[in-house]
Amino acid sequence: MLKADKKNSIQKNSPQKKEKATGMFYIMLAVSVAYLAPVAIVFYNSFKSKLYISSEPFNLPSRVTSVGFDNYIEGVEKIQFFKAFGYSLFITVFSVAAIVLFTAMTAWFITRMKTRISKALYYSFVFSMIVPFQMVMFTMSKMANILHLDNPVGIIFIYLGFGAGLSVFLFSGFVKSIPVDIEEAAMIDGCSPIQTFFLVVFPILKPTAITVAILNTMWIWNDYLLPYLVIGTEYKTIPIAIQYLRGGYGAVDMGHMMAMLILAIIPIIIFYLTCQKYIIKGVVAGAVKG
Amino acid sequence: MQRALKKYYPIFVIPTALAFAVAFALPFLAGIMLSFTEFRTVVDAQFVGLANYYKAFSNEDFKNALIFTSQFTVVSVIIINLLGFTFASILTRALRGTNGFRTVLFMPNLIGGIVLGYIWQMILNSLLYYSELTIYADAKYGFWGLVLLMTWQLTGYMMIIYIAAIQNIPVELIEAAKVDGASKTDILRHVTIPMVMPAFTICIFLTLTNSFKLFDQNLALTAGAPSNRTAMLALDIYDTFYGRVGWEGVGQAKAVIFFLLVAVIAFAQLRITRSREVEN
Repeated sequence: MLKADKKNSIQKNSPQKKEKATGMFYIMLAVSVAYLAPVAIVFYNSFKSKLYISSEPFNLPSRVTSVGFDNYIEGVEKIQFFKAFGYSLFITVFSVAAIVLFTAMTAWFITRMKTRISKALYYSFVFSMIVPFQMVMFTMSKMANILHLDNPVGIIFIYLGFGAGLSVFLFSGFVKSIPVDIEEAAMIDGCSPIQTFFLVVFPILKPTAITVAILNTMWIWNDYLLPYLVIGTEYKTIPIAIQYLRGGYGAVDMGHMMAMLILAIIPIIIFYLTCQKYIIKGVVAGAVKG
Repeated sequence: MQRALKKYYPIFVIPTALAFAVAFALPFLAGIMLSFTEFRTVVDAQFVGLANYYKAFSNEDFKNALIFTSQFTVVSVIIINLLGFTFASILTRALRGTNGFRTVLFMPNLIGGIVLGYIWQMILNSLLYYSELTIYADAKYGFWGLVLLMTWQLTGYMMIIYIAAIQNIPVELIEAAKVDGASKTDILRHVTIPMVMPAFTICIFLTLTNSFKLFDQNLALTAGAPSNRTAMLALDIYDTFYGRVGWEGVGQAKAVIFFLLVAVIAFAQLRITRSREVEN
């Protein structure tokens, strides 16, 4: 009763509260516009000649200042954007697939198989989460070089190793909450451990698998330093290609830069708008358990 | 079941464990050892004791980076969490368009550090253009530029976590407080904030470690200019490794110090805020 009364009083009987809510709405609207502004400014500047990007950055392109799609055409050529897109896509898709598959297997196994090695492995994985990349970047890239992992296929193996910490941790947390009876029943019915894992366990792990996939996709797609050190001189992913645009010294062509920033953002926006529900859920789940 | 599983150890564990050893465990151990040596290509390492650590601590750039990073971290942790929590408490009320606002505010979090850095470099240089300056003119522009960038990137992310926490508060608890005559600020102070304390722990942890370890955004926005005054620890370590011949050992020593700092800060923060959480 009381709850209903309160609701009514907010919705109908109190013009003051309603006014306040409208005020809040406009504040949030202003905040949202401010949030979108940087991308919008980069977007319309990407159609302007580089001369006008620095001299009148906030003006919309006019007949004088516009160069149409020239910045896009030249920029794509200069940094070989589509090649970079291909490398980024290839590395991200296969690394994420490898991480989801192998770390789920490992996490399930070391959670169920309680030996000293399992425990040691688990704590090493958890430990690796707090170690900053700078700690291992030099020795790791040397190692990758010696083992001939410095190519788009080899780097998948490196990503599996780096992604293992968080992913094993998230999967293990979930495995602990599944009753072991189902698996035991499957094994008594004659399933091998491999069948048990793929037919019984993995389908149950699906929500965590989505979280792990989302978090690793966001990380690997945007990662700069690791691929730069391991494969950067020969194979440029999108972040490396963007950074390469700045070059060593001298001025950057701002027109090309604006256009390439927009091309770099488009796939992310598409990914976000299509998987928004999973992304937000995954990010919250990942944060809360991490 | 344990017995049945035993033979399968190699199949389930070796791929991940091997990748982990190659990508992380061995480089980590080698890194610690190399921090006590002088080397250029790893194989020519010569033991030099604590010389690298001595050099690291007496290095002006490193000290400067440590101060810059600490100041930046404190400022951005406070701003991001205040804003994130404020937006979350606004967007959990009955308000038009909350979903749209959430979508927009979270969006920058998906854009990578390098791209973010160049977006903000363009915006800030455009603003400074009217006073005939660039972001490289003074370290304070780089500092506040980075704070602005990080706020833009992380506020939405923290907001999402706070929203999840606020929505988890049982409605009865708030109703009970209202019946007892609590005002809105009372409810915020004595119900909402204690109940979302675990979210504060998580969000402060995430903003703290993300800010402290920042690299990509720093590299793209200023790359340390003017004269390394805006280089954070991660960038300074990178520059020491790859920008200064013969200083690889010092770079590795700096990296070990950096790792220890991150570990200490992370554990201390978790301890402090965990102790303030209430049982649900």
